[in-house]
Amino acid sequence: MSEPVLKLENVTMQFGGVVAVDDLSMEVRQGEIVALIGPNGAGKTTAFNVVTGVYAPTNGCLYLDGKPYLCEHPAGKAKKTYLGSDADKFVRHPTLRKTPDQITNMGLARTFQNIRLFGKLTVFENVLIAKHMHARGGFLAATFHLNGREEARMRREAMELLEIVGLAELKDETAANLPYGQQRRLEIARALATDPRLLILDEPAAGMNPQETVELTEFIREIREQFDLSILLIEHHMNLVMDISDRIYVLEFGKLIAEGIPVEVQADERVIEAYLGVDLDA
Amino acid sequence: MHDFTYYAQILISGLTIGSLYALIAIGYTMVYGILRLINFAHGDMFMVAGFIMIYITSWSSSFLGAGSIVVGLILTLILTVILGVMIEKVAYKPLRSAPRMSVMISAIGVSYLLQNLSTYVTGGLAQSYPNIPWLRTEIQIGSITVRRLAILTPVLTILLVIALVLLIKHTKMGMAMRAVAKDFDTAQLMGIRIDRIISFTFVIGSFLAAVGSILYFSYIGQVSPTIGAMPGLKSFVAAVFGGIGSVPGAVIGSYIIGICETFIKSNQNISIFSNAFTFALLIIILLIKPNGLFGEKLKEKV
Amino acid sequence: MKNNKKRNLLCSLLLAAALVALLLYIDNSPLKSSMLSTVLQKGAIYALLVVSMNLLNGFTGLFSLGQAGFMLLGAYTYAILTIPVAQRINVYQYFDGGIVQFQMPQIPALILAGLVAAVFAALIGAPVLRLKSDYLAIATLGFAEILRAVIQWEKLGPLTNASNILRKFTGYNSILFPFIVSGICIAIIVLLINSTYGRAFKAIREDEIAAEAMGINLMKHKMLSFCTSSFFAGIGGALLAMFQFNAHAKNFTTAMTYEILLIVVIGGIGSITGSILGSFLYVACSEWWLRFLDNPTVIGTFKVPLLGHGFRMVVFSVVIMVIVLFYRQGLMGTREFSWDAVFAFFGKLGRFFRNLFTGKKAVKGGVVHE
Repeated sequence: MSEPVLKLENVTMQFGGVVAVDDLSMEVRQGEIVALIGPNGAGKTTAFNVVTGVYAPTNGCLYLDGKPYLCEHPAGKAKKTYLGSDADKFVRHPTLRKTPDQITNMGLARTFQNIRLFGKLTVFENVLIAKHMHARGGFLAATFHLNGREEARMRREAMELLEIVGLAELKDETAANLPYGQQRRLEIARALATDPRLLILDEPAAGMNPQETVELTEFIREIREQFDLSILLIEHHMNLVMDISDRIYVLEFGKLIAEGIPVEVQADERVIEAYLGVDLDA
Repeated sequence: MHDFTYYAQILISGLTIGSLYALIAIGYTMVYGILRLINFAHGDMFMVAGFIMIYITSWSSSFLGAGSIVVGLILTLILTVILGVMIEKVAYKPLRSAPRMSVMISAIGVSYLLQNLSTYVTGGLAQSYPNIPWLRTEIQIGSITVRRLAILTPVLTILLVIALVLLIKHTKMGMAMRAVAKDFDTAQLMGIRIDRIISFTFVIGSFLAAVGSILYFSYIGQVSPTIGAMPGLKSFVAAVFGGIGSVPGAVIGSYIIGICETFIKSNQNISIFSNAFTFALLIIILLIKPNGLFGEKLKEKV
Repeated sequence: MKNNKKRNLLCSLLLAAALVALLLYIDNSPLKSSMLSTVLQKGAIYALLVVSMNLLNGFTGLFSLGQAGFMLLGAYTYAILTIPVAQRINVYQYFDGGIVQFQMPQIPALILAGLVAAVFAALIGAPVLRLKSDYLAIATLGFAEILRAVIQWEKLGPLTNASNILRKFTGYNSILFPFIVSGICIAIIVLLINSTYGRAFKAIREDEIAAEAMGINLMKHKMLSFCTSSFFAGIGGALLAMFQFNAHAKNFTTAMTYEILLIVVIGGIGSITGSILGSFLYVACSEWWLRFLDNPTVIGTFKVPLLGHGFRMVVFSVVIMVIVLFYRQGLMGTREFSWDAVFAFFGKLGRFFRNLFTGKKAVKGGVVHE
């Protein structure tokens, strides 16, 4: 089997005396839709922030297509205060800390839980900006508009993308003025414009009504086919998660308590216990 | 080589200058702690306080004689406090939800206004500060001759700072101030009346600036419209140095800057760098320890 | 659509031609030493300074207050390089004519002025651009102050003439010169803003975290914006020195930075045409139209109250505060001047008058009820 698109190896994230993510290992394989779920405070968002490079992990390594992009292990004083459950097997790999923009360049794109569009810019500009990363023309060439062909290609690709996600008619609208559901859609389109291998969605259905959620499910499936993507999502909406995911990882108190296809996870005793009082169909 | 007396003199004037910076720096650090705003107008308020004193004493001396100094002192404190609170209400409060850059520009605008207004009213010339008799008399300590002012300033500053720290630590108002500094929105949700706390902060800051202005201008003897800008900026640097939001930090930072600066000024070869030194220190601090000596870390939510 | 484009181009060309004609006329008439000519020259130079600051503050969202420092570098570089060799002994009278013993041609010296400012920006930018908004402001402000002190240092006298004034360097003859230089520079800034890099700057202004997640290297792009802005501030500083016939470190104070920042605000943070308009308006008011406020005036036996030395600046500050507090958009907001808008406006005006004469009431939305 080929390398998984995303792999986490013994990732621990500790804030002071709190271990938010404890010895988490997981992977997303080519073409898969994987969900990371768990009750509130389970460490999903922290895990997400580690994967996208917002936080550097306390210990552990992360790989994209087999290439490491974040590797940390506690050294010096941090070693003594380390509370992760894998204290005996620190990662040996040399420290590596790529910044979020470098990680995006490696093929990982993300959306944000509380939408972060470039609000005052137009829908078209929002997508076009994400194409900047691939611009090969230099600063001076671009300034004096000597990169006409590249600029035209960027504009064409951005436009194609807007057509695919169904926002082409709104291209000159200010992003902040779009209705909520379309802002989510635009955020995904913007992420797709970076030509990712892996798309990470942070609670994409948050604040959506059932109708919008169904549309979103369909939309995510479509873009996976069309862009040959692998997708990792964090989500509360159980309907969406069970419906769409190929595999599910369940976190509780920072630890992985279950993993498997939706049916298995739904039947898992520990998961039911963790969610006790929470209706899985909610 | 210079003798001991020479260095002791410099050290004492360094302590005096440091104390004066401390009195201004507290205003900066408290406002920044609560509003996250560099109150660029603070230094100019300090200058205006100087002019208030000059005008009130010269106006009231015609019918009060020597008592005009006392009236001047009291009214300077009161009017400066009123000015400070007014500036907040007019120039900062309407912009509470505006981007940070707008508020800072507003602060620069107020600073600009105060300077231009003073130039207009005074004709732009430096005016001599009323002589407060007791402060200027010189006393002899060992081989060192100092004015009473040089002794009084650090003592008064330390007393005021202790009072302030006690107020912040042990009163209900102080607790509310700490809460607002920690988390503006949550404090508001908890029913703390934000506007009152902010006004109170400006009252304290302006009061200390007024005290500082009385001591500072008695020390240097004259006031001019642009004189507040530099001490203002240096005090801000002191506040950053000590860790913004921390009152003891601001005081310690002020003393360090005051003393270093006095020593630099006393050396003919490098005296031109006395202002540059302060800013160089600021840049170094921001790079090595961005939160200052005693500051707490601020984090942005993703 | 296509017709509009042609029309707009034509209008722009006509406007430019009219401006050139006006400038040429002034240049060859007694008006050359008039207030009008002074305002036009200074306005053009300020336009460049304001636009370069707007690139940083308005388009990249970096609140920097180092403008005066970079202007100082530009002015000094230009002045030092273009003083005629024969004059150096007079200018550097305390330093035996100084150590620079050659004279450069004007245009290369001007470009070098920008480059020196940009190099210093790169040096200072690497550390300070990591700082958050207000710390960045105070650090850049501090940097400008340090620079001012260093330039006046006695030991650097042979190069900078220490705290003495620099003069007798190459100036310009035609008042077209500042317009041409400033015009080219502003055009380059506009091109930059409309390029893919300009869009990346705007993304950083809107949301740093999202911009970084879109693969934009924050440090690199902030640095590009900072250096470009400083480059043009340096050229602007050199132009200002030419206009004033002297360069003196004492004049490049924080107050100068504030002045330029306030014009950025008046014109609209994030609008190039706003900045240009604001510059000319500000210079015209402060040098000319509002001068009367500074002179005590007596009409008959009535002495006009308030007028007197310094009143003009008070009025200015009040206007600025009003703009900051109530018209936060400034003249233009983030919009740009466009011929379409002008024609639309006149079209509306025309319809309004037509309706006025035909007795119809214009109702919002253009529906006319009988």
